[in-house]
Amino acid sequence: MTKAHSPMPAATSLPIGLPRAAAEPPIIRRLLIVVALIFLTLFLFVPLAFVFAEALKKGLAVYFAAVTDPDALDAIRLTLLVAVIAVPANLVFGVAAAWTVAKFSFPGKSILITLIDLPFAVSPVVSGLIYVLVFGLQGWFGGWLREHDLKVIFAVPGIVLATIFVTFPFVARELIPLMQAQGTEQEEAAIVLGARGWQTFFRVTLPNIKWGLLYGVILCNARAMGEFGAVSVVSGHIRGGTNTLPLAVEILYNEYQFTAAFAVASLLALLALLTLALKYVVEARTREDQAFAGEGNA
Amino acid sequence: MIVRTSSGEEAAPARVRRRKRVLPGFGLGLGYTIVYLSLIVLIPLSAAFIKTAELSWPAFIDVVTAPRVLASYRLTFGASLAAASVNAVFGLIVAWVLVRYPFPGRRLVDALVDLPFALPTAVAGIALAGLYSPNGWLGSLLAMAGIKVAYTPLGVAVALTFIGLPFVVRTVQPVLEELPRELEEAAATLGASRWQSFRRVVFPVVMPALLTGFALAFARAIGEYGSVIFIAGNMPMASEIAPLLIITKLEQYDYTGATAIAVVLLVASFALLLAINGLQAWARRRQGALA
Repeated sequence: MTKAHSPMPAATSLPIGLPRAAAEPPIIRRLLIVVALIFLTLFLFVPLAFVFAEALKKGLAVYFAAVTDPDALDAIRLTLLVAVIAVPANLVFGVAAAWTVAKFSFPGKSILITLIDLPFAVSPVVSGLIYVLVFGLQGWFGGWLREHDLKVIFAVPGIVLATIFVTFPFVARELIPLMQAQGTEQEEAAIVLGARGWQTFFRVTLPNIKWGLLYGVILCNARAMGEFGAVSVVSGHIRGGTNTLPLAVEILYNEYQFTAAFAVASLLALLALLTLALKYVVEARTREDQAFAGEGNA
Repeated sequence: MIVRTSSGEEAAPARVRRRKRVLPGFGLGLGYTIVYLSLIVLIPLSAAFIKTAELSWPAFIDVVTAPRVLASYRLTFGASLAAASVNAVFGLIVAWVLVRYPFPGRRLVDALVDLPFALPTAVAGIALAGLYSPNGWLGSLLAMAGIKVAYTPLGVAVALTFIGLPFVVRTVQPVLEELPRELEEAAATLGASRWQSFRRVVFPVVMPALLTGFALAFARAIGEYGSVIFIAGNMPMASEIAPLLIITKLEQYDYTGATAIAVVLLVASFALLLAINGLQAWARRRQGALA
């Protein structure tokens, strides 16, 4: 009935897959596209462009001087070090938690899943604060740590711990729904055929979850390298010692070294763009794999 | 990543459940999960509540209802509510346009919607502060209209809008994608106008997801720090957010005061987390009813 109105092939900008009667008039369509693009331009594209414009305002020489400054290089090293510890730690946890939750049933499972998500609900500042309460000078282990000449707060271990906390759920929450959907049949078949536990994991489970795992790791890494609030509380802002890249941005900005601040910020913006690009590729590969699996089942 | 819920246990028949224990690694996995979860998350979080318990109840109330603290809560919750509302309206439009209308560059725009998830908050903070400062690209234009954004509560709301932008889009988008087109076609065939079929057919299906996105954006905004402090101006009683007040108290070595404010934020966040879980269960049921 509705299709009778449009015997000709659909006009170019007709909504995807909708016949004419269930579509908006062209003027409304254009208006909505314009409204959406203006909103995104104002809130996303202009701020992103502004970072690079400010960073390069005084030319490439100033830009490279800013990002190769010894303090900036120290910040890059520390940021990489923190990510290299925090991401694998949460990767191992994410796989262990997802294996436990997705492949077995036990009482309290849904509570456990909620608890794993908890760090996402906590303000970054509070995430830092709780570690100060545990490891700070006046904290639970403050006296003991001082006696043994160990430093956690205002030192690298505190930064690593706070980063592990804020990135805690990323890998687990990506893998849990994925592994739940995949069920246990393939692993059971492997075990019945005589494979050992680790063999089953590496040969059967891992290939099935590789894209989800990579996706979680990419997001975990982006947050680990970019975390500001939690790290700010536990860092103490010691130059060349406990400054990560986001903290270096803050210090430069507060010292009115705007070009240098935006130059260092542009490194983090590039990391964000790289993250989005990788995320896009992984999402596309996941869709391909799903389409392939769908064909195989049919 | 944010939208998907990780609960939803499948109701496996008893036969399958018994067979599950064929797989190894349950004890190791559960033990490791619980120990790591306790060491990293539960024990440190409990420190906040234990520290606050040092205060008597009246002393706690005194700390968290001091005028400066109340002003920071008003700003934090008010600006978060405003930002989440803006995101609910425009996020719905963006999701609709991305799902329904082809236009050049659509896939690029779609990928860039996640930018606030990927961009470190300090970078967003200095970019917004620079843009909206009185001599920035946008601030100078707005100054001509007599509007001040940077260093006012409005600036806080702008930063929180940026940070919450992807939540509504990414919760609503999959629901719109899976909405059976036949429903709208049927409504049109039965004589409904486009607006009527949106309001009566599309909107009720999308609403739980929209509310979930709103709640997620609101929850994120309440705790946000990095993107706000550069644009806020941080004037006590006027443009000082609650997370900043925690840091200020910490710098004055007032650990108990800082922790008391943090506990109020934590309780608010946990209440929201429960509400969001409820909303997501509702959204699943709504969508399930259609399938």
